[in-house]
Amino acid sequence: MIEPTIYELSQPGRKGVAFPESDVPAYDLPAGFAREALKLPELSEQDVVRHFTHLSQLNYSIDGGFYPLGSCTMKYNPKINEEMARLPGLANTHPLQPIETVQGNLYIMYQLQEWLQEISGLNRVCLSPAAGAQGELVGALIIKKYHEINNAPLRTKILIPDSAHGTNPATSAMSGFKVVSLPSDARGNVDLEALKAECDETLAGLMLTNPNTLGLFDENVLEVIQLVHEAGGLVYGDGANLNALLGVVRPGDLGFDIMHFNLHKTFSTPHGGGGPGSGPVGVSEALAEFLPSPVVTIIEKGDEETPPFFGFYTPQHTIGRMKAFYGHFGMHIRAYTYIAMHGPAGLLDIAQKAVLNANYLMAQIKEDYTLAYDRTCMHEFVVEGAWEDIPDIHALDISKRLMDYGYHPPTNYFPLIVHEALMIEPTETESKQTLDAFAKAMKAIAKEAREDPDLLQTAPHNTPIRRCDEVKAARDLVLCCWIPE
Amino acid sequence: MNTPKGLKYAKTDEWVKLDGDVATIGISDYAQDQLSDIVYVEIVVEAGDSVSKGDTIATVESVKAAADVNFPADGEILEINEALAETPETLNSDPYGEGWLLKMKLSNPAQLDALMDADAYEAYNESREG
Repeated sequence: MIEPTIYELSQPGRKGVAFPESDVPAYDLPAGFAREALKLPELSEQDVVRHFTHLSQLNYSIDGGFYPLGSCTMKYNPKINEEMARLPGLANTHPLQPIETVQGNLYIMYQLQEWLQEISGLNRVCLSPAAGAQGELVGALIIKKYHEINNAPLRTKILIPDSAHGTNPATSAMSGFKVVSLPSDARGNVDLEALKAECDETLAGLMLTNPNTLGLFDENVLEVIQLVHEAGGLVYGDGANLNALLGVVRPGDLGFDIMHFNLHKTFSTPHGGGGPGSGPVGVSEALAEFLPSPVVTIIEKGDEETPPFFGFYTPQHTIGRMKAFYGHFGMHIRAYTYIAMHGPAGLLDIAQKAVLNANYLMAQIKEDYTLAYDRTCMHEFVVEGAWEDIPDIHALDISKRLMDYGYHPPTNYFPLIVHEALMIEPTETESKQTLDAFAKAMKAIAKEAREDPDLLQTAPHNTPIRRCDEVKAARDLVLCCWIPE
Repeated sequence: MNTPKGLKYAKTDEWVKLDGDVATIGISDYAQDQLSDIVYVEIVVEAGDSVSKGDTIATVESVKAAADVNFPADGEILEINEALAETPETLNSDPYGEGWLLKMKLSNPAQLDALMDADAYEAYNESREG
C-alpha cells in the first residue's frame, strides 16, 4: 500500500478545526503583505491522524526491528530516557531563564561533562556542538587556533586515513586546512611509512577514528600519536566508534588531544530524524581554554548544607560559539540518564557485549561473505557484498534483498577502501536469537545470489515501495512540498 | 575494461592524452566503473587558471561515492568541458571521448613520464582487484 501525499488527500474547503467567531474586528492586511497562492492541504482531523499513522507504520525504526547500520551504533534507546526528558521540571524550562532558576539543568550538564571526561580520559568537555560533524569542526578549529596562538600559522596540513568518515576531510577543508589522505596497510592500520613521510613542519594534526571504520583497533595507535606529536601536530579522535571502548580504553590515555562524543550513538539518544544529534567535544588540559563557549562550571562551591552554584564559563582562547544557547539539552538529559543507569560496570559491559556480538555475527557469516580484513573485529566488521563468480550481484542488491527479510540494510559502499563494502554493526542490545536470525538471512541471500540472482537484482519485493531509481533521484531533484502543476 | 593504448594513466585513475604540449584529461573506464552511475560533476577550475600537479580538478559524485580528480602535471587551463554539468552520465558512457574533463597547456611535459602506459595501468588495476 502506498500512502498518497497529504496534498493529494486534500479537498477544497475541508477543515479539521472550527474556529469560534472572532471577537475582535477583522483587519485587512495592506496589499502586498498577504499571499494568495500559499497552498496548504485541507483535511479533517481524522484524515490527518490516519495519514500520519499510516506513514509511521511504513517507517522502519529501531523500535520495529534489527538495524545493523555500520558506524551508526543503532542501539535500542531506552524509554526511561524519554520519561526523564519529559519531566515537567526539565521539559518546561527555557534557555533564557535566569541561571538561578535552572540549577537542576546545569547540574545535569555539569555532571555529564564530568562523566564524559572520566570516560574519555580527557580534561574538559563542552556539550554544545550539535552533532558529530560539528564536533569535528570544533576540533579542526581548535587545532587551527592552537597553532595560531603558538605562532605556527604555516601548520596547514591535516592528515586523514583513507578509512575515515567523509566528515573528517570535509570539516578540515571547511576550516581552511589542506587535507592529505593516508593509506591503510595490509592489516587495516594507518600506514606508518606514509605517515612518517608527511610528518613535517607544515603538519597541523591528524584525525583518527579508532576503532576505525573497518571495525579494527589500530594496532599502532600509540606510535601514530607519538609521531604526530613529535612533529608538532595535534591528534583528533573521531568518537563515532567509542561504543567499543567504554570502560576498556580511554582515548585521553592513548594520547588523543581532542575528541567528540556522539551521544546519539554511544549514549542511546535518538538518531537521525528522531534526533537531534549531540556531539560534545573533550580536550586535553593544554587545550581546555580553546573550547567553544559556554562550558558549564561551578561558580560557587557548595558545602554540606548548600549545593554548589552552577553557571557558564567562556574559555580564554575560545573558538567562539558553535550553537545557539547550550546545545541540545534534551539529549544531555537522555545521555545523563543512560550513564547513570549503567554506571561504570554497566558501561564496560556495553563495550564488551558490543564487541562480542559483532565477532559472533562475523564468525557466523564469514563462510559465505569475504571479510575485508580477517582479524578479530571490534564493534563492527566489513564484508564484501559481491562474489567473483557472480559478477552481476552487488552490495546494493544484497542490501535490498535484506529488506525483504525484514531487516534494515547494513551501511553499503562505505568505507570506500573496501570493494562493494557492507558494514555491519549489531550493537550490544541485540540478543543471540536476533543475531542468529540475521545470520540465517544473510546465508540464505548468499545462496539465492547463486541460484536465483534475479531475486536479488529486482529486490525488494515485500516493501511498500519497490527498488527506487537512485540515479534519477540524484539527477532530477524535485525539492518542493507539493507537486508542481 | 577498456584501456586505450597511447594514453598515460595515473595511479589515481586519471588519463592524459598528449598532443604537443597540450594535454586532454579525463577519468579512466576503471574509475567510472568503480564509481558506478555518476550523477554530478563539478570542475573546480576555469580556463586561464594556473594549476599545479596534485591540485583538485573536479569532484565527481556517483550514487555510491564522491571522488576528487587531480592534476597529473603543472600548467595552464585552456578549456573545460562545460557540457558535463548537464550530462554527467557521459563520464560513464564515453570516458575517453565525450567525457573528457579539460584541456591544459603543460609547463613541464616531462612530469608525465611518471605516469603509466596502458599495459602498466591494466596490471595495476588487476593488482588492486586482489
